[in-house]
Amino acid sequence: MSQASQNFINVGERTNVTGSAVFKKLILNEDYEAALDVARQQVENGAQIIDINMDEAMLDSEAAMVRFLNLIASEPDISRVPIMIDSSKWSVIEAGLKCIQGKAIVNSISLKEGEEPFLRQAKLLKRYGAAAVVMAFDEKGQADTVERRFAICKRSYDLLLEQVGFAPEDIIFDPNIFAVATGIEEHNAYALDFIEATRLIKQHLPYASVSGGLSNVSFSFRGNNPVREAMHSVFLYHAIQAGMDMAIVNAGQLAVYDDIPVELRDAVEDVILNRRDDATDRLLEIAPKYQGDGKEIAKESQEWRSWPVNKRLEHALVKGITDFIEEDTEAARQAAERPLHVIEGPLMDGMNVVGDLFGEGKMFLPQVVKSARVMKRAVAYLEPYIEKEKAAGSSNGKILLATVKGDVHDIGKNIVGVVLQCNNFEIIDLGVMVPCEKILQTAREQNVDMIGLSGLITPSLDEMVHVAKEMQRQGFDLPLLIGGATTSKAHTAVKIEQHYAHPTVYVPNASRAVGVCQKLLNPVNRAAYHTELKAEYETVRLQHVRKKPRTAPVTLQQARENSFKPDFTDYTPVTPKRLGVQQVEVDIATLRDYIDWTPFFLTWSLAGKYPRILQDEVVGEEAQKLFADANAMLDSLLQSGDIVAKGVVGLFAANRHGDDIEIYADESRKQVLCVSHHLRQQTEKSNAANYCLSDFVAAKETGIADYIGAFAVTGGIGEDELAAKYTAAHDDYHAIMVKAVADRLAEAFAEYLHERVRKDIWGYAADEALNNEDLIREKYQGIRPAPGYAACPEHTEKQAIWDLLDVEQRIGMKLTESYAMWPGASVSGWYFAHPQSRYFAVAQIQQDQLQDYATRKGWDVTTAKKWLAPNLNL
Amino acid sequence: MSAEQQLRDALLQRILLLDGAMGTMIQQYKLSEADYRGERFKDWHSDVKGNNDLLVLTQPQIIEAIHCAYLEAGADIIETNSFNATTISMADYDMQELAYEINVAAAQVARRAADKFSTPRKPRFVAGVLGPTNRTASISPDVNDPGYRNVSFDQLNQAYQQATEGLIEGGADIILIETIFDTLNAKAAVFAVQEVFERLGKTLPVMISGTITDASGRTLSGQTDEAFYYSLRHANPVSFGLNCALGPDLLRQYVADVSEVAECAVSAHPNAGLPNEFGEYDLDAQEMAGHIREWAESGLLNIVGGCCGTTPAHIRAMADVIYGIAPRKIPTPARKMRLAGLEPFVH
Repeated sequence: MSQASQNFINVGERTNVTGSAVFKKLILNEDYEAALDVARQQVENGAQIIDINMDEAMLDSEAAMVRFLNLIASEPDISRVPIMIDSSKWSVIEAGLKCIQGKAIVNSISLKEGEEPFLRQAKLLKRYGAAAVVMAFDEKGQADTVERRFAICKRSYDLLLEQVGFAPEDIIFDPNIFAVATGIEEHNAYALDFIEATRLIKQHLPYASVSGGLSNVSFSFRGNNPVREAMHSVFLYHAIQAGMDMAIVNAGQLAVYDDIPVELRDAVEDVILNRRDDATDRLLEIAPKYQGDGKEIAKESQEWRSWPVNKRLEHALVKGITDFIEEDTEAARQAAERPLHVIEGPLMDGMNVVGDLFGEGKMFLPQVVKSARVMKRAVAYLEPYIEKEKAAGSSNGKILLATVKGDVHDIGKNIVGVVLQCNNFEIIDLGVMVPCEKILQTAREQNVDMIGLSGLITPSLDEMVHVAKEMQRQGFDLPLLIGGATTSKAHTAVKIEQHYAHPTVYVPNASRAVGVCQKLLNPVNRAAYHTELKAEYETVRLQHVRKKPRTAPVTLQQARENSFKPDFTDYTPVTPKRLGVQQVEVDIATLRDYIDWTPFFLTWSLAGKYPRILQDEVVGEEAQKLFADANAMLDSLLQSGDIVAKGVVGLFAANRHGDDIEIYADESRKQVLCVSHHLRQQTEKSNAANYCLSDFVAAKETGIADYIGAFAVTGGIGEDELAAKYTAAHDDYHAIMVKAVADRLAEAFAEYLHERVRKDIWGYAADEALNNEDLIREKYQGIRPAPGYAACPEHTEKQAIWDLLDVEQRIGMKLTESYAMWPGASVSGWYFAHPQSRYFAVAQIQQDQLQDYATRKGWDVTTAKKWLAPNLNL
Repeated sequence: MSAEQQLRDALLQRILLLDGAMGTMIQQYKLSEADYRGERFKDWHSDVKGNNDLLVLTQPQIIEAIHCAYLEAGADIIETNSFNATTISMADYDMQELAYEINVAAAQVARRAADKFSTPRKPRFVAGVLGPTNRTASISPDVNDPGYRNVSFDQLNQAYQQATEGLIEGGADIILIETIFDTLNAKAAVFAVQEVFERLGKTLPVMISGTITDASGRTLSGQTDEAFYYSLRHANPVSFGLNCALGPDLLRQYVADVSEVAECAVSAHPNAGLPNEFGEYDLDAQEMAGHIREWAESGLLNIVGGCCGTTPAHIRAMADVIYGIAPRKIPTPARKMRLAGLEPFVH
């Protein structure tokens, strides 16, 4: 568009009830959703500012302005541009200004009612922080000659600068665009006069801008859009040369000056520039010739179906649409010489577009996973044809992915796999709980280019170290990628990288994986990248060594002397209503009310707190889609019963014994069922205690009858089977979704069960009344720490829970050799009821506690070191 | 010479030092519910522990001691303990009626402290703080109703006018609108402050400081730093800058952005890093001062201090590193129309 030069501003005009019948109808019918779409389209079509006008007799204009502006504020793809509040009523303007956080333009003020109101309004605009359109209008009326136009603008300018202190760059003059070619002779010069006045303003009133409402000029040709557009285009062409800065236009509809047929352009130019007396008649004469169906109905939704097949495939991939993929793939196959060419050609091209958009931050993870689903469907469709040829495809490289032995968590690894596939890497996914030897054997047999290891629980870190050492010993030279929730750059640098002579890289998230893999597999840069990596990890190691402990350690003896002494004078432990073990059944309909959604979005690399994330400027739209899909998944799980939530809970008589907790068979407290071992904080605390979970239970010697609870819940019985079904149907998106939702259900179950325990099963807080938000913020009495996390970081203690509750027999949840829980969507932990019980992190412990703990557990020190590694200085 | 003239002169000569966190310092006193209540509010009908602003009435000696600690550390400008002292935020404790009185007292106690340390060669200034309130005028608290607002521009304007009058009455030299996460709230504050100046026939310099909430580089209400500046430039502030939410490492790029565009002094008071899992701030004084030295040497700063987690030790360390480094030169960018939505628009 020639007019959209860098120096010219398009102000969108469609959100104006006086200028658009469509918009007016939407507002009168209170269809604000559709009205927002009009605004959005304006911005998409290139409007750099949007004009909003609600001046309509049938309307409470102030209320409509406020409502529409407030709604726009929640739509980042609209509110990214400045707003022009357009009204002839000051009250509407002021109401609008109170809703806009950005710097807006007010359209308009003028000297129409004299100097006093003009100055008062200008002063307020300055205080609100807005720029102003000033109409060439004074006490005598609207200016319609060059001289009056300029004179009024000059007077306004001087008043604004001298009496109000208005910034000249915040002044935009509108020297009145009127209709030409009306048949009235005096009107013939209107366009030219505007252009001349513009020239004078720009010359004599420094820093002020010039604007105007463009559609007025062509008013006499209503119904003939091609002629109107030609008039707009020609008018702007000349006005911009004279210095016009902006115009209120329909951003989607401006003809290109050079594209206007010469005959029409000349006739229009005669009218606009008032070059001949008979200009109007001549334009009227030829106008009907150009009267076409000026309307272009926006059928964007279906339009892409008419595009060439390659573009259709690209569109389907970028938008994640599976509806037509087989049909389009077939069309592409018929056009291609060989079926494989469809993959290597249009499909890969489309995925490259997706990869680029993702890399640029213009697409988000859930969208990419949906694109991968489209790709997989297309490839699956082609496979039978390709089978016959058996030609090797070209890929960027072959990558083996596995969750290490002892660990069952695979959501993150699956996401990385999908993202890499989108970037044309071939993925061999060995799944979960994969022993080292199987990883290395497969790597050799399949001749892979790289190995990626994933894990979520802390013992997996050791297993990764093991794999790295084995790779070194067995003479591998493949790059090794490390990822997963507990991995870190520091751990990779200090514990893994030095054991393996070839590139070892920590990959913090899926979006980083692509760049890392491309660099590692690029033969030209690989050596340089490796050198860079080595230096980087060396720095991390040095930093780690230099890092002085933030607080000094204390001896275990000192830590115990500074233990937390909860108050048992004001508080008598409540005897649980039901001692012993019981199984708990609950349906998904109940659990979904307890879901904490924020971590769900994080799983998909969308960061933000629920529910605010749904309105987030950048990821809000994707978050809403994802949220809708998750809820659809929950609905279908409710119907199908494919996933079942199961739980078991037990409450027991218990007392503290040293740092351990003895759990008894019954109230006689004679027979010890099991001992739960705990660790104590061992750094110097100036104002606080050195906490240990056992502190929250009354000591044996006090004679106080205290209690403890234990629980294990899963939201994932059936998750693996269901995810496998989706994977088989080439639908990674839903395969990942199943697990992400199951994870949430398990957490929700833990929340739900804890509430029941507090209110009923134990019953120490029978009157509690909290909503889900309060639950998420842990506003209740008591805690439920989980073995493997900060307050009780040692994983083997889960065994005690399994033994006490007979978890595997009752509900089928298992522990792996690394004490990961299967199914992956599981939670287990302890219940403490004391009102002063709280979460804390054990953090670093010392050699004396290591020894002591080993003795209490009946371990040798080597075993203890293995399980306590995360809490010992690396 | 008026305080304003002294401030403007000082800004030409050196980088001025703001104080550090108030909340963290108060925590160290481990005050009980009874301490917060004092004698006057011993029978108040709701809990008041945590209402730090109330302490200017019930434990003024503690607040004064904290001010003095910062002044001793070298702070040129101390901030009044009035972050939440608006009728809107005080409603949490049902203490809206006390908002004005707290602002007056907060300014008085800071005034007393500043006057003890002020010398002609190193004048000390009291910045009367207007906090963001606990509500947002341009974000709906209800996802299902994005057009809904739980506070209006007019309500904010009214609350800020009252607070501003209190701060001026108590003797503030400067009005500091800070920790802005919703620009519309800040625009209401600017509006209110100007109304009060006009009514009293007296103008104080205004400092403005916003908050970039996370690595997205945007305010909570979604604006980029540059758009945020254009939206408040009409306040004609003596300084414009950023504080809170981020530590110096993450905040630097945004301070650099502001430094590029702001036609006034630039201020920054970052947090002492990001909170750890216990909600505590880890960045020690030396480390933080290391960042600040680099900022100063890069010519980004006119005013610097600390927000959450910083202590007099941090401020003292900053005083050491900025000593002798020239303040940022204030640029004069071309006069252009500068508008803003969530993003800046310059023509």
